[in-house]
Amino acid sequence: MLSSKHLMTMGDVSAEEIALILDTAESFSEVNQRRIKKLPTLRGRTVVNLFFEPSTRTRTSFEIAAKRLSADGVNFSASASATVKGETLRDTAKTLAAMSCDLVIVRHKYAGAPQMLAEAMDCSIVNGGDGVHEHPTQALLDLYTMRQALGKLEGLRVGIVGDVCHSRVAGSLVPALRKVGATPIIIGPPTLMPARPDVLGAEVAYDLDEVLPTLDVAYLLRVQFERAAQMPFPSNREYATLYGMNVARMVKLPSHAIVMHPGPMNRGVEISADVADSPRSVILGQVESGVAVRMAVMYLLLGGADSGAAA
Amino acid sequence: MALLLKGGRVVDAAAGIDAVLDVVVRDGVIVGVGEDLTIEKGQTIECAEKVLLPGLADIHVHLREPGQEYKETIATGTRAAAHGGFTAVACMPNTKPIADSGSHVRFIVDRAAATAAVRVYPIGAITAGQAGEQLAEIGDMVAEGAVAFSDDGRGIASAGMARVAMDYIKRFGMAYVAHCEDVPLAAGGVVNEGVVSTRMGLPGQPAAAEEVMVAREIALAELTGCRLHLAHLSTAGSVVLVRDAKARGVSVTCEVTPHHLFLDEDAITTYDPNLKMNPPLRTAADREALVAGLLDGTIDAIATDHAPHAPHEKELEFELAPFGTTGLETALSLVNTHLIATGTLGWAEVSNLMCHGPRAALGLPEMRLEAGYPADITIVDPEARVEVTPEWFVSRSRNSAFTGQSLLGKASDVLVGGQWALRNGKVVGQ
Repeated sequence: MLSSKHLMTMGDVSAEEIALILDTAESFSEVNQRRIKKLPTLRGRTVVNLFFEPSTRTRTSFEIAAKRLSADGVNFSASASATVKGETLRDTAKTLAAMSCDLVIVRHKYAGAPQMLAEAMDCSIVNGGDGVHEHPTQALLDLYTMRQALGKLEGLRVGIVGDVCHSRVAGSLVPALRKVGATPIIIGPPTLMPARPDVLGAEVAYDLDEVLPTLDVAYLLRVQFERAAQMPFPSNREYATLYGMNVARMVKLPSHAIVMHPGPMNRGVEISADVADSPRSVILGQVESGVAVRMAVMYLLLGGADSGAAA
Repeated sequence: MALLLKGGRVVDAAAGIDAVLDVVVRDGVIVGVGEDLTIEKGQTIECAEKVLLPGLADIHVHLREPGQEYKETIATGTRAAAHGGFTAVACMPNTKPIADSGSHVRFIVDRAAATAAVRVYPIGAITAGQAGEQLAEIGDMVAEGAVAFSDDGRGIASAGMARVAMDYIKRFGMAYVAHCEDVPLAAGGVVNEGVVSTRMGLPGQPAAAEEVMVAREIALAELTGCRLHLAHLSTAGSVVLVRDAKARGVSVTCEVTPHHLFLDEDAITTYDPNLKMNPPLRTAADREALVAGLLDGTIDAIATDHAPHAPHEKELEFELAPFGTTGLETALSLVNTHLIATGTLGWAEVSNLMCHGPRAALGLPEMRLEAGYPADITIVDPEARVEVTPEWFVSRSRNSAFTGQSLLGKASDVLVGGQWALRNGKVVGQ
C-alpha cells in the first residue's frame, strides 16, 4: 500500500514505495503478455479519465490499465464537457464527486490542478500531467523501463536532454531518479533550463557531446514549441546540430547505454529516425511499461490488496 | 461640537511629538494638543493605552468602481479603509472603463462625496485606456481633482512614451506613479522566478523584470525632472537603485506593500491563489532588503495595493486566477505585529511611513496632530487581538493573503475631518 491516497508528485513518494510500485508492475506485466489480459481486481470500482488537454497516448494507457483490472473506466474529456461552457475546475470536481467515483486521473494545462481536485473530492487522484509541473506515472514507467533494460537503478547516470523547463516529464523524473540513487543530468541550452535546477536535484550540462560517454541513459525530451514565449534557439537545424540524438552521437554512448523518449517524438529535431528505430532505443518499451505501471498505481491506490492477489 | 481625546499616546514625527497628551477637536479641526486639556461641552473619549497617529493614508488601492462593483465600491472600499485605520486612500485608475478622462475623475470625486467613509484621491491614467500609446487628457483630470498619474497594473512599455508622459506631467507638478514591470521579461510569470517557480512548475518572473524598469524610470526622472513615485517595489535590487538615485538627488519616492514586507515566496506551498500577486512574493533576502529600506529611509511609504477580487474569479487554477490580495484592513495590524511589537520600528517611524511619507509622495494635504490641522486622526489599540477570518473583513472581497493569521493591534477609532469613520472598532454607517 502507499502512504498517500493520491499520486500527485514524485516528492510525495518514498524510495520504498517506488520499489513497491515497480515490483507490482512487474507482476502485472506478465498479465499483459497473456491472451486473456484481464484481472478481476478492481471490479466495481469507477475510474475517471479527466483530461483537459488533448492526449491520446497517456489517456489510452490509463484506459487500458483500468480495463485490465476490470474497473469501470469513464472518459471525461474537456472538449465534450461543461468546461467549454465555462465551468470551473472546482465545479467539475464537485460534479464528479457527486457521481461517486473511486479514482480520477487528471491531465490539465495548469500546475496544481490535481491538488485543486483533491480539495473538492474524496476519491483518489492521480496526476496525469499538470502544466509544466509533474507527470509522475511517466517517471515511474521510465524507472521501470530503465530497471528492466539495465538491471538496476542505483548509480545510473541519466542525461535528460532538451526542453527541460517546459517538461513535466523532467519535473517528475529528476526527483524520482534522485530517490532511487541515480544521478540526473539535465542537458540543453540555458534557454531551456529551469530557473533553479538545484531545487529539482539535477546536475546541469550545456555540452551534450562532453557528457555522452558518461551516460547510462540518454533521455530525449520533445521540444515544446507551443509553450515557449520566445523561440529558445535560432533554428531546428541548429538545435539538432547541438542537441539532436543521431547515430554519430549514439556511438559516443557506452555500449550498454539506452536511448529513451517520452513521446511524441519530433523526428529530425531531438532524435533522428535511425536512432529512434535502433535497438538501443527502448521507446516502445516505455509505452509497454506504461500500462503495467499504471495498473500497479491504480491497484495500490485503490487498496486492491483487499480484493485479492495482484496476479 | 467639541471632542476631547483624553490621555492617549500622541505620536507624530512631523509635529515632533511622542507623549501622553490630550487632543481637542472642534468643528472638524484640531484646536489643541497638550496636557490636562478640558472642554466645557461635548464628548470626552478616554484614550489611555491607545496610540494617536495623524490620519493614515493608503496611496495605492483599487476601489473597482466603476465597472467592477461586485468586487468593491467606493463605499465598501473606503469602509474597509476606515476599518484598517486609514483616513484617506488614493485609488488607481484601472477600473472598467479606465479612469483616463476628466469626466471619469469627476465621477469618482462626486461618488466619493456621496458615498465614501474616508477621503478619496483619484489617480488618473497616464495613457489613454492605459494602452501605452498616447497621453490621456491629463490637464482635464487635474482640473477635476486627480492627484497623480499611473498606468498601474501594466506599466508603460515604451521608454519614448514614458519620457513624453513625464515631461507632460511635470507641467502640473504631479507624480508619475510607475508600475515597474518589463512585460516580455516577466514572460507571463505568476510567481517569482527561482526556487518556487521550479518546485511548483509555475511560470516565474525574474526580479530583473522589475529592476530594469526601476532603472529606466529613474533615468527618465533624471532626464525630465518629473516627480517619480515607484509603486509596490519588491526586490532587493530595486531598493539599491532607489537608494543610489536618492543619494544623487533624483526626485524619486517609493512604496512597499505589507505582503512584500511580511510574506515571501516560501509561503507558497500549495496552489493558493490568494498568494498570487504582481509583483510576486519574492525571496526572504528581498523581504529583508525591503525592511532595511524602511529603516534607512529609502522607502517612503507603506501602501497596500488593495486588490479585491470575487471568489468566482480568484478560486481558480493558480495560473488563471487574477493577481492581487486585499490589504486595507490588515496593514496596520501587520505593521504592529511584525515591526512595532518586535522593536524594529517605533510609532514615530510608522507615522512617517503610513501618513507623512505617502502624503508627501503624491502631494496630498499634510495631516498633523497639531492645532490648525484637520481632525484626521487614527487611534490604535496596540494590544487588541485580530483573528483574520473571512467574516472579519468589511471589504466586499475576501481574497486576503493573511487569512487565518492572528495579529496584534488594530485601529479602534478613526476620525475624518472630525467625524467618526470608525468607533470602538465598528465602521460607522456600515
